[in-house]
Amino acid sequence: MILVVLALIVWAAGWTLNAWLARGRHAATRRVRIAVPAIFGATLIVMWELIVRGLDVPGVILPPPSAIAVAFATQGEILRADLVQTFVKGALSGYAIGAVAAFAFAILADRYAFLRRGLLPVGNFMAALPIVGTAPILVMWFGFDWQSKAAVVVVMVFFPILVNTVAGLADTQAMQRDLMRTYGASYLQTLWKLRLPAALPFIFNGLKISTTLALVGAIVAEFFGSPTLGMGFRISTSVGQLALDMVWAEIVVAALAGSAFYGIIALIEGRATFWHAARRR
Amino acid sequence: MSETPLSAPQAGIGRSGRAAFWLRNSAGTLFPVATVIAAILALWYLACIPMNAQQSVLEAERAGAIVSPETAADRRDLGGIVLGLRNPGPAVTGAFAQDRPRLPAPHQVAAELWGSTVGQKITSPRSLIYHGWVTLSATLLGFAIGTALGILLAVGIVHSRVMDMSVMPWAIVSQTVPIIAIAPMIIVVLYSIGVQGIVPKAVISAYLSFFPVVVGMVTGLRSPDAMQLDLLRTYGASEEQTLRKLRVPASLPYLFASLKIGVAASLVGAIVGELPTGAVSGLGARLLAGSYYGQTVQIWSALFAAAILAAMLVALISLIERLSLSRMGLSR
Repeated sequence: MILVVLALIVWAAGWTLNAWLARGRHAATRRVRIAVPAIFGATLIVMWELIVRGLDVPGVILPPPSAIAVAFATQGEILRADLVQTFVKGALSGYAIGAVAAFAFAILADRYAFLRRGLLPVGNFMAALPIVGTAPILVMWFGFDWQSKAAVVVVMVFFPILVNTVAGLADTQAMQRDLMRTYGASYLQTLWKLRLPAALPFIFNGLKISTTLALVGAIVAEFFGSPTLGMGFRISTSVGQLALDMVWAEIVVAALAGSAFYGIIALIEGRATFWHAARRR
Repeated sequence: MSETPLSAPQAGIGRSGRAAFWLRNSAGTLFPVATVIAAILALWYLACIPMNAQQSVLEAERAGAIVSPETAADRRDLGGIVLGLRNPGPAVTGAFAQDRPRLPAPHQVAAELWGSTVGQKITSPRSLIYHGWVTLSATLLGFAIGTALGILLAVGIVHSRVMDMSVMPWAIVSQTVPIIAIAPMIIVVLYSIGVQGIVPKAVISAYLSFFPVVVGMVTGLRSPDAMQLDLLRTYGASEEQTLRKLRVPASLPYLFASLKIGVAASLVGAIVGELPTGAVSGLGARLLAGSYYGQTVQIWSALFAAAILAAMLVALISLIERLSLSRMGLSR
């Protein structure tokens, strides 16, 4: 009981500190902007630990963060192998294939207006569908190993990237296109010098949306069959063994991998679109 | 996309410019879309031949026909395309009517869809409408909960600077995390404390639709510009009146955009929520059972049922969006 009271005290202290920081003079500085959510997150984790211990919540329902950290530290080898299997082999290769394919289709659709008018509504429609459902079919076709996971990821990331790239390629103003025409620029020159750069923010938007989809696809596809490693496999078998600390450790890995993947794409975007109005300060 | 000018051909001849605009626009997308769909269907039928070649050649051999590598062992290592080319007759005739094809033909899927929706009683466990409803009810319950909580949190974030600074970064980061990974755990943990049925799936659905709504609503509630906010301040409007009369109406376009993302995510959540427990009903259960027993036609029909469901949900929200935005004078 003391621990629960302690948890409430920690919560009050963290919130008061954050309130003080947010109203303080330095609220707009970068340091405070990072500190406030960090304090909030740390408060939640400490509360979680204290309440789970205070109320004696069994580990099969909710393990305390310390147990998850222990699992994370001691099972590092397994977690690393799972990460390689699911993220590097399944998600990344599928993401690369899907992105290249979508990009090629987008260029084609951009070249031929008929294809664009036909493909875009279909692509928009497909992008909203539960494509994860193709996982059992693709697992049946490509076997249990990472190839089938990559195939699911290809299908999942294809449509968001396609739709965004096509929209981006259409995002030049008539004045800009006219300027290129007065220069006597060919189709390829216009594409390379004007329309691709103008489309970059859209393309990166599609690429960023797809980072999460790629991980989701690779993990969910493993629920339909996998070799005896992989993040989705580990999650579903560990849940069956009620080894929830392992499940949580795997979720932490997935969260870190997902955020890092997104972060890297966002970083590349920042480098590639430094000229864009949204980035000039 | 280029605007069709109102001086379109035939605009002045008998038709109003607006009608010509509409006609040209609808014909301008309908025909290409139909062509693309027809091309997909044709490719699909074509792909059935090599995909199902192993089985169709085997059946032809059993029926007494002479096939090109004569033993099944020799055929096993051949690709579907090679096999199809060496036995064109049996490969083409046998490709579209197998019981358990690797790739069912479109008409097989359509027949299964028709048979399991119209052909069955709604209460029968063979009916896709029954399974669809099991999934849909969890989706809708979760979507309603997730949306309500998301709007509440967004209102809190907009009104409290502390909440904004502490919660908002996490809401954004959480979008980059494959949240669905926790679905199996939620199901099993809730089961172990005695909660089962629709609620665990709804929890996952709610969780998935929650964050898009928060992020969209925060943007929407902040969309009124300084001049509009100043005007309400000069009227002496309270925070609550500003929220009700300015911020909420201004946020609706953003809300609908995130609702469309949220409802699709909710459906995925409900389907994935049916996978880990070996649920017996629901579209996810149909997918899983189909993949266990190699019932490919059943998998494809469940997949299409899920797609139709998703399309209907998104279309419904689009309809509500169009109606409410046009009543508010916000439609473009």
